[in-house]
Amino acid sequence: MRVVLAEDLFLLRDGLVRMLEAFGFEIAAAVETGPELTRALAEEAPDVAVVDVRLPPSHTDEGLQCALEARRARPGLPVLVLSQHVEQLYARELLADGVGGIGYLLKDRVFDAEQFIDAVRRVAAGGTVMDPQVIQQLLSRRQADDRPLGRLTPRELEVLELMAQGRSNAAIAGQLVVTERAIAKHTSNIFAKLTLDVSDDDNRRVLAVLAYLDHGR
Amino acid sequence: MNSNGDSGHGRTGGRLRNAVRVGAQALFLTVVSLAGSVLLFVLSVVSLVLVPLGIGIVTTPWVLAAVRGFADRRRLWAAQWGGVRIPSSYRPVPEGANPWKRCLHLLGDPAVRRDLLWLPVDMTAGFFIALLSAALLVYPLEGLALAAGLWRAFTDGTSIGWWYGFVPIEGQLSALGAGALGTVLLIGGVYASPVLLRAHFLLVRSVLSSGQGELAERVRVLTATRRDAVDTSAAELRRIERDLHDGAQARLVAMGMDLGTIEALVEKDPAKARELIAQARRSSAEALTELRDLVRGIHPPVLAERGLADAVRALALRMPLPVEFDVTLTGRLGAPLESAAYFAVSEVLTNAVKHSGAGRVWIDLHHTAEPGGVLRIAVIDDGCGGAVVGAGTGLSGVARRLGTFDGVLAVDSPVGGPTMVTMEIPCELF
Repeated sequence: MRVVLAEDLFLLRDGLVRMLEAFGFEIAAAVETGPELTRALAEEAPDVAVVDVRLPPSHTDEGLQCALEARRARPGLPVLVLSQHVEQLYARELLADGVGGIGYLLKDRVFDAEQFIDAVRRVAAGGTVMDPQVIQQLLSRRQADDRPLGRLTPRELEVLELMAQGRSNAAIAGQLVVTERAIAKHTSNIFAKLTLDVSDDDNRRVLAVLAYLDHGR
Repeated sequence: MNSNGDSGHGRTGGRLRNAVRVGAQALFLTVVSLAGSVLLFVLSVVSLVLVPLGIGIVTTPWVLAAVRGFADRRRLWAAQWGGVRIPSSYRPVPEGANPWKRCLHLLGDPAVRRDLLWLPVDMTAGFFIALLSAALLVYPLEGLALAAGLWRAFTDGTSIGWWYGFVPIEGQLSALGAGALGTVLLIGGVYASPVLLRAHFLLVRSVLSSGQGELAERVRVLTATRRDAVDTSAAELRRIERDLHDGAQARLVAMGMDLGTIEALVEKDPAKARELIAQARRSSAEALTELRDLVRGIHPPVLAERGLADAVRALALRMPLPVEFDVTLTGRLGAPLESAAYFAVSEVLTNAVKHSGAGRVWIDLHHTAEPGGVLRIAVIDDGCGGAVVGAGTGLSGVARRLGTFDGVLAVDSPVGGPTMVTMEIPCELF
């Protein structure tokens, strides 16, 4: 799988390159500025891009803007955005096109190499990966006054949180140490209580949940 | 031709709408200047008389704060309704001063003394000008109403039942005369009322702003706000130093130590080494979280990346209650001002969430390009109200922060709510 990597700090870029290569990825380009990223995304046509939000020369959200622009040119281009801080505002912008193949994680998540690599693979496969912090912010905000959400059992809330992070039934079952059937039952309960349309497509399901948490119905 | 007619019509309509607005504002000011000024003046006099008895020492700062709030409100309206900018130049009250010192400090402030002097002027001349401005728009309506048939309520057509100005009302014909006079007055009023309203605000300015000693006053205010700014930033630096020292730095030391132990253990006791590696990783994650929170407190990353408008949006999204925002900024502001405005909004929002029990908050953030340019921020919540700008509260910190930029803070928070905090900072967009 071919990866374009954009990160301006040498140590982090180097570490990411080593980690991705160790897990069998091919680094098509590892760049450090916004313009270089734009060029690499256009020329290399990678399977997935791993992009830092803040890049030179402007040191603002240049990485994010480049990624959004590249996705406008090539809808669904898988992009995993990394940042030192996560903002719902940015998550909203990344999810706005509703296509999937998007990830938004804190840089801290690279500490757990396997989970991080799993996230890269899921994004590359067209899935959606959201940082647990984004989901927790959304949940704590909604729980204050959202009646449908209040009707969920604690277990269902737990499942909802993992589902919103972009995990499949199998992964949720693995994490909560229960059978996949039990999770399937929880998810259909959740969808019924929130009156969301059930979908077989994992990713569409995630997007529906995220849209619900972000804006309500 | 048609379009000409339309635009002429539009101008008249605009002028009439403007007149209605001016009339409502003038009427409102009539009530406010009389009721508010009389009440506050009486309270101030009583409170000052009670100073020798000791009670006044406690009550005076409260009353003077109310007077200042009232004056700040008028400064705001003067800017919004009449386009008259009245600088606010109060000396900052020292933190933690005892009531006696605060009382003396307040009474020694020329700006506070001008406030007190202004109250009797406002309830007489100010009231009269506002009344005149309102009357010029309201009184003609009576004439028109008389002409339309109201005259029947006063006379049966045989005798003089009422006087409208100099027109005796004794039947439909004289009522039409009253209508004509009303129309003439109305036309005059449409032109004169806005001028009178502005005159009212100019009167407010002539008393409230310091006039001759303005430059000396300005220097004094600048000195005081500069001292405040330096104090605040020194305190900030101390806090950051302490946070780093006790937080991230300590964790990195622990991590280094763990790594050293791991090095020694890796051959002898791999299981123990693995345990320590996990611990080191946890420490590094915690150090990162602490650094992230610290950075957010120094200069929020979104502010650096996107500017004030998006930073306020991101802040609103992070609040645990629904926040509606109407934010339009077409450019960036200077970095120090952006930061001050952001933290001011953040403090006001935190107040609303923590203390008011509000269910909903509205933020309105706009930049107006009127002479020099002004950034206006209003934060409104539907909570329990009762917020005050007192010594030691978060809001006085906000006032201090804004003071460095010649900004003003007005708090309108009756007990029972709602609370409206308005901030105005003169500045230009880049």
